[in-house]
Amino acid sequence: MSTPRTLFEKVWDRHLVTAEEGGDPALLYIDLHLVHEVTSPQAFDGLRLAERPLRRPELTLATMDHNVPTTDPSLPVEDQLSAKQMDTLRANCEEFGVRLLPRGSANQGIVHMIGPELGVTQPGMTVVCGDSHTSTHGAFGALAFGIGTSEVEHVLATQTLWQARPRTMAIEVDGQLPVGVTAKDLILNVINEIGVEGGVGHVLEYRGEAVESLSMEGRMTVCNMSIEGGARAGMIAPDETTFAWLKGRPHAPSGAHWDAALEDWRQLHTDPGATFDHVVHLDASTFEPTVTWGTTPAQSTSVNGRVPHPEETRDPDQATRALDYMGLEGGEAITDLTVDRVFLGSCTNARLSDLRAAAAIVADRPVADGVRAMVVPGSTLVKTQAEAEGLDEVFKAAGFEWREAGCSMCLGMNPDVLAPGERCASTSNRNFEGRQGKGGRSHLVSPEMAAAAAVHGRFVDVREDPRAADARAVR
Amino acid sequence: MDPVTRISGLMVPLWRADIDTDQIMPKQHLKKVERTGFGEVVFDDWRDDPDFVLNDERYAQGNVLVTGPNFGSGSSREHAPWGLQQYGFDAIIAPSFADIFKTNCAKNGLLTVELAQDEVEALVSLATDDPSAQVRIDLPEQSVESAAGVFHFDIDQHTKHMLVHGLDPIALTLQHREAITAYEAHRPARMPVTNA
Repeated sequence: MSTPRTLFEKVWDRHLVTAEEGGDPALLYIDLHLVHEVTSPQAFDGLRLAERPLRRPELTLATMDHNVPTTDPSLPVEDQLSAKQMDTLRANCEEFGVRLLPRGSANQGIVHMIGPELGVTQPGMTVVCGDSHTSTHGAFGALAFGIGTSEVEHVLATQTLWQARPRTMAIEVDGQLPVGVTAKDLILNVINEIGVEGGVGHVLEYRGEAVESLSMEGRMTVCNMSIEGGARAGMIAPDETTFAWLKGRPHAPSGAHWDAALEDWRQLHTDPGATFDHVVHLDASTFEPTVTWGTTPAQSTSVNGRVPHPEETRDPDQATRALDYMGLEGGEAITDLTVDRVFLGSCTNARLSDLRAAAAIVADRPVADGVRAMVVPGSTLVKTQAEAEGLDEVFKAAGFEWREAGCSMCLGMNPDVLAPGERCASTSNRNFEGRQGKGGRSHLVSPEMAAAAAVHGRFVDVREDPRAADARAVR
Repeated sequence: MDPVTRISGLMVPLWRADIDTDQIMPKQHLKKVERTGFGEVVFDDWRDDPDFVLNDERYAQGNVLVTGPNFGSGSSREHAPWGLQQYGFDAIIAPSFADIFKTNCAKNGLLTVELAQDEVEALVSLATDDPSAQVRIDLPEQSVESAAGVFHFDIDQHTKHMLVHGLDPIALTLQHREAITAYEAHRPARMPVTNA
């Protein structure tokens, strides 16, 4: 009998070009390389300088997401630096033969949306991208992680990466998420438990009843934020939910290839008896709608909680600084915090089910006076699908701005930014200082909680809203 | 890449945990298509604060950043190490680093040194009390020497070898071209391609 292996070990083993030996790391084959405009120009330059070809353009896919304005795509990009970066990507893709889904294309979107949508992200693959939220693709049982520009160049030139074997951590989440509590709350609770450094050097595997019960979109939300716990990657074993989601996608296998793929994918789970370096146990039935109060994704509490006083936290100095930045003193009830802005978007929470759930909370209610709210679908496909269902009309009738797809205010590289001091309920992944705009104050929440905050002008416990059940039903 | 062996100079103390790459290189500076021009905008948003250490003339010549745990967390932007290096840092000492950031530094010859927290705190105290205190990092010997003592650090031997010899990782990998081709020959035909 072969040694029991974890999901991670199975995927790792099948990508070894050369195994770890002596002090040398393994050389890992990369099945899919996603490229965007911000972290690639210097890598293509490097290839040109060294006169190296792109080894496998057909395993490479590019889109424009970080910089794109979310206004009318038929208009030119006003920011000349952003325009140049997009033009540079277009020229590089033409020169090196890479398929590009540019601004204005029906399949353009945030790079971590389009891989799954097109079906090029599949179980058991290795996926990399010059973006830390590449961990998203782990929802399919892929080993997916973010890299820097030097490694982007390395993958373009060799289709491989040198990697030291990471340690493994099982995140076992038993029980079921209560109504009004979502995948976003689940991952915020995981990060609160392990800390922003807890996953460093590890690949996480999310397991247990609560994880198995999640839709693919919920699983992507969870894996997306693995990096916020310091982990390189997060994975979930593929199952019938995964296969049903993939079947029929443009790049999913078909015919005999589908059958062969399915037989293979069914092997991609952690064997009984396989061991992890660390195991963390959590109970989803105890989770509540969660709101971050500070400037790291681990600084969070229940919507019914209070902003802590610094001395109640693990790092009082850090908490003092965070509270100062956030314009908080400590001791405030979360439900007393009023918001100026609401951002429904990002590769964490701007999929169709996120927009459906948020719309179910909003339905027929106006955005509160003084609140500016916007929806930025994660991809053009999501935008198109949402419009076909009339979700755009629900949001627009309430007073939300309905935008084109892109990263937008998740990182504020385009014109969508917070003004200094503005407080924002955001469905994105990072509440770092200045992340959504210099001096902006971000509170990370689920789409349901963001929608409720838009309507009430402050954070409220979405579980007390009868529409929470409607939101769950459309997820 | 130039070889990295021994680094001597002055420290810049920045004792804070979880400094993310959004702080090191704010997003408004990620729009360049070149690798240069990042030194003057490193920690740009924090430089509004007159008390920020990089605004302190006494540390203007510092070339070794001494900082808190989990340095470089968050975004994978390599613009962060480019900025630190172009500002004039040759090495960063911290109790721990975020994974992607650490790799990005190594690819650029920016040395990351992990010491025990009490050792880093000792260096921070030394540099805070005496901005002219010298530090000497010896990569082959894996040691950090200062008036605070001689501290040993661990580093994976592959990264050390690459840095000490200033090797081009892509050139090294291309020596394995046959192994890569052999691997590709066994990839299942059903694996997706992006241009179909």
